[in-house]
Parts: sequence; C-alpha cells; structure tokens
Amino acid sequence: MKIIVCVKQVPDTSGKVAVNPDGTLNRASMAAITNPDDLNAVEAALALKEQTGAEVVVVSMGPPPAEGMLREVIARGADRAVLVSGREFGGSDTYATSQILASAISKIGVESEDIVMCGRQAIDGDTAQVGPQIAEKLGLPQVSYAAEIKKDGDTLTIKRMLEDGYMTIKVKTPCLITCIKELNTPRYMSVDGIFECYSKPYEVFDYNTLKDDPLIDPTTIGLKGSPTNILTSFTPPQKGAGMMLEGADKETCEKLAGILAAKHII
Amino acid sequence: MSTFNNTDLAAFKDVWVFCEQRQGVMMPTSYELISEGRKLADELGVELCGLLLGDNVEGLAKELGGYGADKVILCESPLLKEYTTDGYTKVICDVIEEYKPEIMLIGATNIGRDLGPRCAARLHTGLCADCTHLDVDMDIYRDFLRSASTLPEEKIAGLNSAMVLGQKHDVSRDLKMTRPAFGGHLMASIICPRFRPAMATVRPGVMKKAPFDQAKADACQIVKPNFSLTEADMSTQVVEVVKAAKKLVDLIGADVVVSVGRGISKDVQGGIKLAEELAEVLGGVVGGSRATIDSGWLSADHQVGQTGKTVHPKIYVALGISGAIQHKAGMQDSECIIAVNKNETAPIFEIADYGICGDLFKVTPMLIDAIKAAKAAK
Repeated sequence: MKIIVCVKQVPDTSGKVAVNPDGTLNRASMAAITNPDDLNAVEAALALKEQTGAEVVVVSMGPPPAEGMLREVIARGADRAVLVSGREFGGSDTYATSQILASAISKIGVESEDIVMCGRQAIDGDTAQVGPQIAEKLGLPQVSYAAEIKKDGDTLTIKRMLEDGYMTIKVKTPCLITCIKELNTPRYMSVDGIFECYSKPYEVFDYNTLKDDPLIDPTTIGLKGSPTNILTSFTPPQKGAGMMLEGADKETCEKLAGILAAKHII
Repeated sequence: MSTFNNTDLAAFKDVWVFCEQRQGVMMPTSYELISEGRKLADELGVELCGLLLGDNVEGLAKELGGYGADKVILCESPLLKEYTTDGYTKVICDVIEEYKPEIMLIGATNIGRDLGPRCAARLHTGLCADCTHLDVDMDIYRDFLRSASTLPEEKIAGLNSAMVLGQKHDVSRDLKMTRPAFGGHLMASIICPRFRPAMATVRPGVMKKAPFDQAKADACQIVKPNFSLTEADMSTQVVEVVKAAKKLVDLIGADVVVSVGRGISKDVQGGIKLAEELAEVLGGVVGGSRATIDSGWLSADHQVGQTGKTVHPKIYVALGISGAIQHKAGMQDSECIIAVNKNETAPIFEIADYGICGDLFKVTPMLIDAIKAAKAAK
C-alpha cells in the first residue's frame, strides 16, 4: 500500500506582504513555506502509515529549490519524494497543473489499495481546484474537506465538513482525499528524520520523464495548455483615511456615538 | 463527448447558474448568483437559466424565476437526493454538453468548490475560483477597475484585448472573472478565451440578491431534460448528513457585525461578552478574526476574512483586531468601520472610518453606554 501526498511550496502570506510598484508580488521579500493544509495531508498519511505500514511518497511541482521542502517532509517521516520540475510546466493554471501532477502520480503508480492526499487549498491562490482536478484526470473518486479519516480494509469512512455540519462518506481505495486543518496536528521533523532525509530516495520528473503520458501534450500543459489567462492584475486602493478620535475615555465614546447618531448610522 | 466541441465558441450561449440546495432548502447564495447571472445575461443579450439537481425539488424551481431566471433546468432522481461528486458531476456535464451554455456560475460553498473543479476538468474548460466580481460589458468592467484598482486611467481605457497563444484576442464578449490572490494582496481578472463554458465559483455573500418579483417567478419555464444516472456511476456513498447542533451565526446576512481579535487574549470570555453586549445594543452578531478561531475561542462559523466569510454590513466593529490583509479582505467593503485597538499603528486603522486607540476592555463598556444613551435620545 502506498499513500501519495501532494505538497506545494508557497510564499508565507500571513505576515507582511510586499507588492512591487507594477502590481506583482515581491516574492523575494517573503519566506517560502510548505503550504499549511498540505502538512495536514502529510500528517494524515503518516498516521495511516503507522496503522498499515504503507509507504508515503511525497510529490510536488515547483522549481528546483522546492527540494528543501521535500527533504523536510521526508524528515517528518515520508519514505521518498518526487519533484516535478521543468520549464515546459511553467505558467500552468490549475487545469494544466492537475494534468502534470496526475501524470506524475500515474508514473509513481496508483494501485488498488493506494490513496492520494492533498491539502484543501494553497494559501497563494486559495483555489482548492487542483485536488479535485487531479482526481478527475486519474479517474479516482474524491472526498474533499476531510476532517476525520478511518480506514477499515479497502474502505475509508470520511467526515467531510460542510459550512452547516458534515457528511459521513464511505469510499473505497484507490481514491483522492483533500485535507483540512481540523483533521490533525502536523508532527515536527524528528532528529533521526533530519539525519536521514538526504539518504532517502529523491527523484526529479522533468518533461522528458513524463512526455509519453497521454495527459502530457504541449496543448495541455504550461501557459499554452492553460484554459484560463490573466487579463489584468492589480492592487486594490486603500480606503481613504478615516477619523482617529483623540483619547480613549467617556467623552471620546460619546463623541463617536453622537456622530453615528447624527449620520443615522445608529 | 463525440459531438461536443468546446472550442466552437459560437455554438455556446446562455448563462447558467448551478442552484445548490441541501435537504430541499435552497442555499441563499443560489439567489445571489441568479441575480448576478441576470446582469451578465442582459449584458450578453442571452437567457439566464438555473440548473437545479435533487430529489423532489421542483417546488424550489419557480422561485428562482423571481430573482431573474428565465428558465430552470430541473434534474430529479433519488440518486441526486444528497450531493455526491460523481452523481452531480455526471448529470451536470451531460446537460452542459447537450445545451452548451456560454457561462456557468457555481456558489463557492464547500460543495461548489468540490463540484466546480471536477466538472471543469471533465469538460476541459477554465474555472476561476472564488470570484468576487464578474463582468462582461467592457465599459462596466472599466468603471469597476476605476473604482476598485490603482491602475492608471490610460491602462484602463486601453484595455480591450489579451495576448492568447501569441494572438491578440478581443475580450469584449469574455466573462471577466475577478478574484483576490495571495490572501487579498493582489486582485486578478481572469478570462477563459478559448473554451466554453467559462466557469466560475463565486464567493457566497458577495453578490447582491435582487428584489423578488412574483410575476417573473410565475413566468419562469421549467425544463426537464433526459439524463441517465445509475448506482454504477457513483463511487462514494453518503452514510449520513449531520447539521451542526447549535444555531450558526448568520454573519453574511447581518446588518451589524462586532468582531473580536487577538486583543481579547488576556480575558477571552470577558472580551467575547463585551462584543456580545455591543452587538446586542447595535442589533448585530459577533464575528472573529482567524486568530480567535485558530485559538478555539470562537467556532469556525464566526470567522470573517479570506478563509472565513466576506461581510459587508452597515456597521463593522473591530475590537482588538490588528487588521491583517486576510481579515480586511473579508470586511473592507463594510459601510462603516469602527476600530478599537491598543496599537495606534495597527493596519485596521488604515481602513477604519472611526478609530479609537485604547484598551478594548475599557473602551467597549463606555461605548455601549454612549450608544445606548444616543439611541435613547433619538
């Protein structure tokens, strides 16, 4: 049994984010981190590994420096890593990305008892599209927003969160699951893991590795294979400065209430 | 798929909205999307069609007409009673291939965000996630950019085409799908120039619901297409659907939201109680920043922001919220923003209409009294 986990390296948007004058993101100013939801997927895979002895394979599409992130995931307990990297893959939207990742996952091989896991969404795009699109391209059933996973033989029972409650879903392997933070608390890297992470198997799949897969075609990958295009990107204007009320006492609050009443806001 | 050529753009017309229902109750976002879809259909000069799937849900169909749908495509089956990715994807893709809509909108709920990408991948078309603004007409789109972006006028005025596969492509009939990226630091307008339908999931609570018109509801036509769906098409089984036991906060529909942030950490219960009191005086509900949800102080249905809910109430009060961009993304369109924060450089003050720099535990009780007094004096 194998669990293939998709992870993405993302800029940390939770801190101070710098935008260049031309409206693009100043990536150099931001730390690169492993996407938070993906760490929940890694943890879910490692928990299942402890239960079943499954092999955990971590896969990421990105530039060569993403190797560092993959080594860190090995240090958390994954068995091997695959980096999908190539100039031909650049500029891919979610559709093209899912084609490429699906072909890489096919190359790793999805057997009848295997599971593919993804984070719900990445914090740079917040789309939550790549997981379901990989599932469709691989012809696998999907369960998204997983908050609890129980495995019994080839059947998984999954608590799938909704805004107003949850659904309990049964699905058989092979399948794809997208994970949310409520699922678990990701473990840290272990000392042994850190020592061993550079001796575990690590492969790079480039265009030539994947080009014989029917999913990989110049018209379905990269910028040319992306059904969507960016028409324009822009920064929103800052709202005009409001009124700072001096002091923080009773008079200040009465003044504010007076303004709100006068303007019929209250 | 044999006769379905999704690059033959001229063969596609009409705007479709997937109208999500759960347990026979329409999701409010379906009405928002029908109202928005009406605007887009008028800009294109085509019909607006609701797409309704379920079991025994015909009673919900006509009401969609009251918000602007010309017709409703109704697909009923016991196998569609509960949402399943496989069942809904198969039926939706089959009817799309038959009727060929130009635009397909889906609410970006937990279900819509499961369904949309699966359908787009099967149909080989583009999908833009979690849109907050949609346009077809270029003049209307340019006016939107003038108010919502910092782009210079010459760039906005000259915007009428995009380079697509090295060719100049006229975007005047494309759906311009605008969404936040990088936690709201950047906005991007996305097009799907080469394939149809152009698909978008749309953030709940962002589009405005039109007034209901009974005459239009009565005139709404119901179409029941033939479709096939069997147990064999479905690879997941819904064992149960559980509604949250406690009543969830209706942040999106609230006129007033009083939110708390990390600033309540020294007395969490006390801080929440103050927010509840202020919310009660103002006639609103309590929300929270991501920190308050991650810390377990408030349940997830209270979260305002990029990963929570988008709200635009008449009054938004931020108590002890620093105003990270992800939070601002969910509340900056509120009509009147009042911020109380100890730190005078907190970014929340950059967008607040009224700011008080002070300890929320001291200021809020005084504010409650002052607002009570002001209301009583009216």
